[in-house]
Amino acid sequence: MSRKEQPVSQDTSVEETFNNSHVLDPAATQDSQESITQQINDIAATTSGETQPRLNYPPYKSSVFRHPTKNMHHTDPETIELWSPAFGHRDVHTLESDLTIQGNGEPIGERIKVRGRVLDGDGRPVRGQLVEIWQANAAGRYVHKRDQHPAPLDPNFAGVGRTITGDDGSYEFTTIKPAPYPWKNHHNAWRPAHIHFSLFGTDFTQRMITQMYFPGDPLFALDPIYQGITDQKARDRLVGTYDHSVTSHEWNTGYTFDIVLTGSNRTWMEDEEGDH
Amino acid sequence: MRIDETTERMANGKLFPTPGQTIGPFFGYASGYEQVHLPWRDGNLLINPAHPNAVRLTGTVYDGNGDPIPDAMLEIWQADENGEIPQKSGSLVRDGFTFTGWGRGTVDNEGTYTFSTVNPGATEEGKAPFIHLVIFARGLLNKLHTRIYLPDDEAALAQDPLLSSLDETRRQTLIARRDDEGALHFDVWIQATGEHADKETVFLEFPGIEYPVHD
Repeated sequence: MSRKEQPVSQDTSVEETFNNSHVLDPAATQDSQESITQQINDIAATTSGETQPRLNYPPYKSSVFRHPTKNMHHTDPETIELWSPAFGHRDVHTLESDLTIQGNGEPIGERIKVRGRVLDGDGRPVRGQLVEIWQANAAGRYVHKRDQHPAPLDPNFAGVGRTITGDDGSYEFTTIKPAPYPWKNHHNAWRPAHIHFSLFGTDFTQRMITQMYFPGDPLFALDPIYQGITDQKARDRLVGTYDHSVTSHEWNTGYTFDIVLTGSNRTWMEDEEGDH
Repeated sequence: MRIDETTERMANGKLFPTPGQTIGPFFGYASGYEQVHLPWRDGNLLINPAHPNAVRLTGTVYDGNGDPIPDAMLEIWQADENGEIPQKSGSLVRDGFTFTGWGRGTVDNEGTYTFSTVNPGATEEGKAPFIHLVIFARGLLNKLHTRIYLPDDEAALAQDPLLSSLDETRRQTLIARRDDEGALHFDVWIQATGEHADKETVFLEFPGIEYPVHD
């Protein structure tokens, strides 16, 4: 889309803020879900095989002025980029992976565990690296000053946690299943329930942030962030799998979510690989 | 999803990378829990600003309207002053003394970020030293990588393979400006058009990371 064709009312500074959010913001209501869905479908009809999100995805209105107009410059990583920060147990306490124990009481909602592995593109486990998550609570509300939509905050749920991957690249979080929440991309816009994940690999070029969604969410087709990845198989990689082996008797339901970073470009040393 | 390593390979034998997603809109927190959330306390201080070797790295992040972006998160990763790659833990829980090479900061309401760090040394003889920068923001559906080159060693900059592969206008977007106090200034233009068109930052794509190319 050329700049001339872009709609004029793209005030990216206010679209997703929630001052007096129960009062309808006229700027937020001009596009209907139907017109956004039509844009999503029009783009989907002309694409295939894109395994990463488009940076320019006009149905996600904030992307219009926040994507580079020039192509990425392809380059090989240099020495510093072939390494990542080191994290140790001083950095992360084991209790920080349990988001249900950070308050003075039990948070409200469905207790879940999310378990998975972090692998690189060659299938090697990413060991000893930081995994961070953040999310809305069971009512779809974030602890954030700009999230003012009238759903209750949970005094016992901050919605943030982190852990360090094990030798097999595994991680596990105990948390509360988040709810969908409204945002101001367009009128009556609701995001599918999701947990944000932040990941580090062995190379800094593998650094990434993504989102885990929940299977069967009816909002998938309507969401311009999820649909910004135009390939269905690639979108499926962001959906956790319900896993009864992660579910515990009278305690939690469970999901598996494996994450693949790009292949490492680094030449691996014996002492880093250990017995590998 | 659950990855089945035997069946979910690409033609070249690699696993499909998980797609990236936007960080936004709510990745920071108003209060409390300062040590366990994404922009954590002192995350932008790789070295105490009062240290004699401390260097301020600052700049503004702009969108395609030329407006500062108030909700971006930036991370830097760099060698120390001797060109050594830090591999010490303590990246999240700063002890005030260990240089870990990694920092994370958010922009303020006017789109401006600030890190306190040191001038990185060259990791190899003759190489132009740089700070690696990753940008995340609401409205940005995947992360962006770039490099902040130090302006001081012009000979090293002249022979750098990445900088040499760019025309002069594009090349300049990757070189920081040093002010009289020794601070480094580096603005990030995620998108630039019209009168600012020359300012759009060069963003980098590394082997294995692919951004869809489309109209």
